Amino acid sequence: MSLDVGTERTDTMVEKVDRAMFVRYAGASGDFNPIHWNSDFAKSAGYPGVFAQGMFTAGVLGTFLTNWLGESNVRRFRTRFIGQVWPGEAIVCSGKVTKVYEENGETRADLDLEVTNADGERKIDGSATVVVS
Amino acid sequence: MTNEQRPSFEWAVERGKVAEFARAVLNASSAHDGPDAVAPPTFPQSMALWRSRTPRPEQDVGREGLDMRRVLHGEQEFEYVRPLRVGDVLTAESHVKDRYSKEGKRGGTMTFIVSETIFRDQSGEIVAYSRGTTIQTSKAATS
Repeated sequence: MSLDVGTERTDTMVEKVDRAMFVRYAGASGDFNPIHWNSDFAKSAGYPGVFAQGMFTAGVLGTFLTNWLGESNVRRFRTRFIGQVWPGEAIVCSGKVTKVYEENGETRADLDLEVTNADGERKIDGSATVVVS
Repeated sequence: MTNEQRPSFEWAVERGKVAEFARAVLNASSAHDGPDAVAPPTFPQSMALWRSRTPRPEQDVGREGLDMRRVLHGEQEFEYVRPLRVGDVLTAESHVKDRYSKEGKRGGTMTFIVSETIFRDQSGEIVAYSRGTTIQTSKAATS
């Protein structure tokens, strides 16, 4: 596979996020903060209701990346959390190659990554380095 | 700068956990199933089970002085020398790299805690790093 600077991809990974996804991610990750599954707790904290674990959404962005560029090729994966993902929202992932270069005897690509909802509101911005195999 | 070291702990990359985690992040690739499965890039988030022996580790957060209602995840980064695979038995060492406060637009006064975990394989080689920023806010951070 060859990758060029400027190569882009966008996938809608989830049409409508639902709470079962937060519960499954809580079990898989061990992040049981009740703010993500207990509405009373989330409201007592001043939120309108539960929202996704940031690392659930980041994990879905990771799935987008590895579906595209390979399961064993990620050398770096960084996410910055900008806004909560609420039940019913979409998870739209996009990436763009910003640099292709040689390092440690392998060809690597740097990418900018982003998660938005269906209206284009940003939830995560991120970046990654992958080996181009 | 602070450099608070936490106790190191063993973290085994297990077949069932890798498959479970992959499904939880909506990853249907067969690369995450089986005895030689590769771990998804955010998989180190699942090490909570190994860090704490308490049945309800979410309560540890309270004991560490963070209010669960006011904790946000700011940033997370993973760096890999090589991908993690089922069968890896890693030693994880975590330390707090930095703590600082600033005024935020969304959540009032915000305290930032930057921590790093270093993963070594059985031969002592570093295979991965996880770096996270946790934010404690003084009010709900709705955008």
